Amino acid sequence: MSAITTTARPSRSGAQSSRSPGSRWRRFKRNSIPYLFLAPFLIGFIVFMVYPLIYALNLSMYRTRLVGGTTFVGLENYGRALQDTNFWEGVRNVLTFGLVQIPVMLGLALIFALVLDSAILHRKTIFRLGNFLPFAVPSVVAALMWGYLYGQSFGPIAQIAHALGFSPPAFLTPSGVIPALANISVWQYTGYNMLILFAALQSIPHELYEAAAVDGASEVQIALKIRIPLIAPALILTGIFSIIGTLQLFNEPNVLTSIAPSILNPHFTPNLYVYSLAFRSQQFDYSAAIAFTLAFVTGVLASVFFFITRRGGGRQ
Amino acid sequence: MTTYTTTPKRTRSRTLAPRPTGKYLVIMFMIVSVCYFLTPLIWLLISSTKSNADLFNTFGFWFSPRFNLFKNLSDLFARDNGAFIIWMKNTAIYATSAAVGSALISTLAGYAFALYRFKGRNLLFGIVLASVFVPSTVFAVPLFLLLSKSGLSNSLLAIILPALINPFGVYLMRIYAEQAVPEELLDAGRVDGAGDFRIFAQIAFRLLAPGFVTVLLFAFVGAWNNYFLPLLVLSKSDLFPVTVGLAYWNSLATQPGNAQVLYAIVITGSVVAILPVMFVFLILQRYWQGGLSLGSVKG
Repeated sequence: MSAITTTARPSRSGAQSSRSPGSRWRRFKRNSIPYLFLAPFLIGFIVFMVYPLIYALNLSMYRTRLVGGTTFVGLENYGRALQDTNFWEGVRNVLTFGLVQIPVMLGLALIFALVLDSAILHRKTIFRLGNFLPFAVPSVVAALMWGYLYGQSFGPIAQIAHALGFSPPAFLTPSGVIPALANISVWQYTGYNMLILFAALQSIPHELYEAAAVDGASEVQIALKIRIPLIAPALILTGIFSIIGTLQLFNEPNVLTSIAPSILNPHFTPNLYVYSLAFRSQQFDYSAAIAFTLAFVTGVLASVFFFITRRGGGRQ
Repeated sequence: MTTYTTTPKRTRSRTLAPRPTGKYLVIMFMIVSVCYFLTPLIWLLISSTKSNADLFNTFGFWFSPRFNLFKNLSDLFARDNGAFIIWMKNTAIYATSAAVGSALISTLAGYAFALYRFKGRNLLFGIVLASVFVPSTVFAVPLFLLLSKSGLSNSLLAIILPALINPFGVYLMRIYAEQAVPEELLDAGRVDGAGDFRIFAQIAFRLLAPGFVTVLLFAFVGAWNNYFLPLLVLSKSDLFPVTVGLAYWNSLATQPGNAQVLYAIVITGSVVAILPVMFVFLILQRYWQGGLSLGSVKG
């Protein structure tokens, strides 16, 4: 598609016959250029995202039995999923997790971002990088590290408790496990969300605050009335991504399951359940139905969140 | 934060405004929080210098008199006939090719969405954007089945190829290209007789470089830290990335009997696995911090 061909071609074809086939060819070539730029992505997108999605949708409507083989069952797997207590228990667990983790994480991220964007701190790089560093840690490493930190054998928290004469707190108990997991995710992802919100704050012209300050508005008022509403789109985006991530919770409980196998059971989160259905009991068709049901629940929650926050933002 | 007020001055001296208690409370809060984020990593670093026995017998936040890091490292590299080195090599190959490939593909696609008007543009972009919100679980099981059908499972390609497709990267590159590449550039280039692909390769790509590096970096980290897909797709341990390998050793360590030998190895391995990503983040700070702002402004 280089310059030589585009200029040479019309003159060659024009010399032989009418100009129109050549110019049509040229127009076709020009029109196809954006598709050529898009081709590598689109081909991969179809092969690795669209096709698997359709394949899974189809798969979810079959059932394989030992006797009778594979039969088409329509939406039967979905009916089964809707009544599957293992699945809904997992959904309840991740929702509880999200109700603890998302507000704490985004609240902290927002406060950090507001402080970093103001003139309160001098050595900002330390805080910005320090808070962000856990994002660079693989979630597998984060989970096993916190597993050791929580641990009774050589965990420093237990060591300190022993030294002070207390009995060490147990984290991976039925009631403690969700806050313990939430803490790992807060630790990992607060800094990342902080940076996104910080970047959004940085794009607001600071004259806006200064004008408000001249009018006697306090820093808190400015934050609540001007700065936070102005970064509402970024906040909503981080909220939606957090909801999606929360419902897919897998890595941390899967790594910690060897420490607390009875609590972090194979259906503790919907994703663990999908994994164990597919790879322990080979029920690929039913696991696909569960995955789609989870995607549907995720979509509903994310849209509800989006419309509530947008209406709330619109009233400002 | 709470009691701090500003003076109506335009200069930075507004930090010296009255009510210093509020300011000190904020600074205290920030120091406590940065400690929360760094303390676990410091513990991990200190623990990697201890033998198994000292992990249990010495205080977690201070060094043992016996510095055991080098012994831990040689144990780590020797375990299971050097499995850890193979895992690190796999992760490096996988993360590098996924990052370079997906950043290139995203840049090409984002550039096309930003600078060309073509049939189906809005529909296509809408579909790409929507796919960002589909949970990856939905793709994981069918991908596994399709990859094993095509005989690709149990090869590194099985985890590299899907990682090349990064819809969020396309979204970021479109926004970046809209801001960084003026539309007149295409016309000017064409007038000068340059083809569209030459304009992209020789002029536009240079303008797109900061966005490219951002997408590259986040794809690198995403691939380096990925666990779910490799866990599903790969069953041969000599193809594992380091995340799957460490989780596997960790599950052995927490089983009774093996514990004594493996804790120090898993901890030391974790430190080694983190270092490359942190290094890359630190040296490329300027790029990714600038790039993040893009996603959020339009987000």
